[in-house]
Amino acid sequence: MKVTFPHMGNLHIVAKALLEYLDVPVVVPPPISKRTLALGLSHSPEFACIPLKINMGNFVEAAELGADTIVMAGGVGPCRFGYYAQVEREILKDLGYNYQMIVVEPPDTHWSEVKEKIKLISQGKPWWQITGAIKFAWLKARAIDIVEQKVQKIRARELVKGNADTVYRQALENIDMARDKQGVLKARDKALANLDDIPIDKDKTVLKVAVIGEIYTILEPYVNQNIEMHLGRLGVEVSRSIYLSEWINDHLFMKIIPIRSTKDYIKMAPPYLGHFVGGHGQETVGSAVKYSRTGFDGAIQLAPLTCMPEIVAQSILPVVSKKENFPIMTIYFDEQTGEAGMLTRLEAFIDLLERRVDLKRSKDNEWIFGN
Amino acid sequence: MNTKTVGIPQAMLYYYYHYLWKSFFERLGLEVKFSGETNKHILNAGISSAVDEACLPVKVFYGHVQELAEKVDFLFLPRVVSTEKKEYMCPKLLGLPDMIKASLAPQTVLIDVNINMRNKNSTMKNALGEVAEIIGVSHKKALAAWRWAEKKQEEYQSNLVLGNLPFGHENKNSAYQIALLGHGYNIFDNYINMNLIEKLQLMGADIKTKEMVSHELIEKHASSLPKKMFWTFGKQLLGSGLYYLNNPEIKGIIFLASFGCGPDSLVGELLERWAKRGGQKPFMIITIDEHTGEAGLVTRIEAFMDMIKRKVS
Ligand code: SF4
Ligand code: SF4
Repeated sequence: MKVTFPHMGNLHIVAKALLEYLDVPVVVPPPISKRTLALGLSHSPEFACIPLKINMGNFVEAAELGADTIVMAGGVGPCRFGYYAQVEREILKDLGYNYQMIVVEPPDTHWSEVKEKIKLISQGKPWWQITGAIKFAWLKARAIDIVEQKVQKIRARELVKGNADTVYRQALENIDMARDKQGVLKARDKALANLDDIPIDKDKTVLKVAVIGEIYTILEPYVNQNIEMHLGRLGVEVSRSIYLSEWINDHLFMKIIPIRSTKDYIKMAPPYLGHFVGGHGQETVGSAVKYSRTGFDGAIQLAPLTCMPEIVAQSILPVVSKKENFPIMTIYFDEQTGEAGMLTRLEAFIDLLERRVDLKRSKDNEWIFGN
Repeated sequence: MNTKTVGIPQAMLYYYYHYLWKSFFERLGLEVKFSGETNKHILNAGISSAVDEACLPVKVFYGHVQELAEKVDFLFLPRVVSTEKKEYMCPKLLGLPDMIKASLAPQTVLIDVNINMRNKNSTMKNALGEVAEIIGVSHKKALAAWRWAEKKQEEYQSNLVLGNLPFGHENKNSAYQIALLGHGYNIFDNYINMNLIEKLQLMGADIKTKEMVSHELIEKHASSLPKKMFWTFGKQLLGSGLYYLNNPEIKGIIFLASFGCGPDSLVGELLERWAKRGGQKPFMIITIDEHTGEAGLVTRIEAFMDMIKRKVS
């Protein structure tokens, strides 16, 4: 058995840590590239959302490296993700790949089934080893997110653009390589120290922008055209509505670890959106409300084109924007999205935010903008 | 005393439940007003008020709401989350009432109750109670009216299972039985699908829809899937699709999808793969949106029907 899984941002570091701790042979799919996308496109339904298309590319490329088993999450709807694995299995079958698919359905429905799947993946490892693996993977997930949150602050203020990203890339590599708890903590602390050493403009007033929306698009820089890096380089401090470790804690650990939770957004979504709509649609609306009330200057909603929950959220965000007096922009991504077009839109949005901030600061000049 | 009117947009779930809803409200002494068939004016109103990325049926729904709002005392705008155990409607239907409120802010009293039958013990009781309060009748009366309306709906659906086409379409018997599969609001909205049923009939097709396959048969075929299909309409499409794929009387299958439709993108893909794997059944996916041209559509269905006629003869 050689196990693979779909890419999503830094998920591969975490998943690999988990599986290797259990002595399960792992094939990490090659980093997402033009080739991955091209393979995915040629084997996917035209109107599928982009995560499915990239999943397909990942699976084909992982098969080339000898993977024979796919582990992925399932779902009970109403968003498409819950049926992804089913469609992907049929496509792979027609393509002649002999993949075994292990789909882990959400624990809130069948805990016993989850346990069974874990036993299957781990090939019957004892529970203490499984618990150890989960703890180790969690440690890596958290370390990555802590480093990344700092990177998001430094990027906006560094004197030489790119310094923070160099440290970040190195940190990811070190965390990935770490073989034990000490190693992970050391990699994390070293990265944090290195980030502290980066010369920054301390007095710079930076814009704070939240990146909200669909989780895959937020977490996968290949799909979002590295939007966070671009925002950072435009001098913007970014916060994400969801980090991988938060997702893990919310959905797999039942929130036992006291960190920020996306469930808080759900409470803030009404009266704008009073019901869940699948995916993270309600969280998107709620996160916009939350960020608007916690000192942010604006938000950018990211989503794959045709993403149903995010289309619902997008339809409602204009009201949130108006009532909360909070600029929000929506960007959809698909295989056609180009970096240049996105940059132009980002610049225009940042311009707008800057003008609003200036306006707030210099009441004397109000007449300039009045109409 | 004036009879109060309740408006029901003639779009989306209207194509499934108009009979149920009409019977229910009329039983309670209200006058039911539908927004009428989709037309250019309604479509344009919808296109200009919904977000570009929305699918055509959602845009059409926006248009129908505008057609009714202010002309009625109540606007029926339920959030239909689920109509069957462990199943769901599409996320866009779950969000529809909030989307409408955000974009159109209709100035009518809304009957915006949640209908959710997903859980084991869920019933219509709460939803009906809320409807009763909004329109000012007793809970008991509402409950009784609903039971009565459900019977009417059952009668209506059994009539479809007998093989009859709804919405005034006449059945045309021919040697070329074609399964036309898709969401009711695509298949039966003659304006947005450019009279597809009639066009196919004129080309000699005997149209079969998913509504003609009994609940039992749909469940039977859908239960052969490795994983339960959680969209109710998706389940109906896969279940009836599998049934028609295995039925030698059916000479071809046309899957009518909305451009950008989430569920259709997966359901259509599965059916197409199974049809191809079996090898024998011609299968075609037609995707429609507000830009679909009639000429292109005609060319495609003509070619499809020609191919089938050649195969059959
Ligand atoms: S959340 Fe959106 S992108 Fe993700 S599977 Fe659902 S529809 Fe697709
Ligand atoms: S099922 Fe498809 S057509 Fe219907 S509302 Fe959802 S996305 Fe639109």
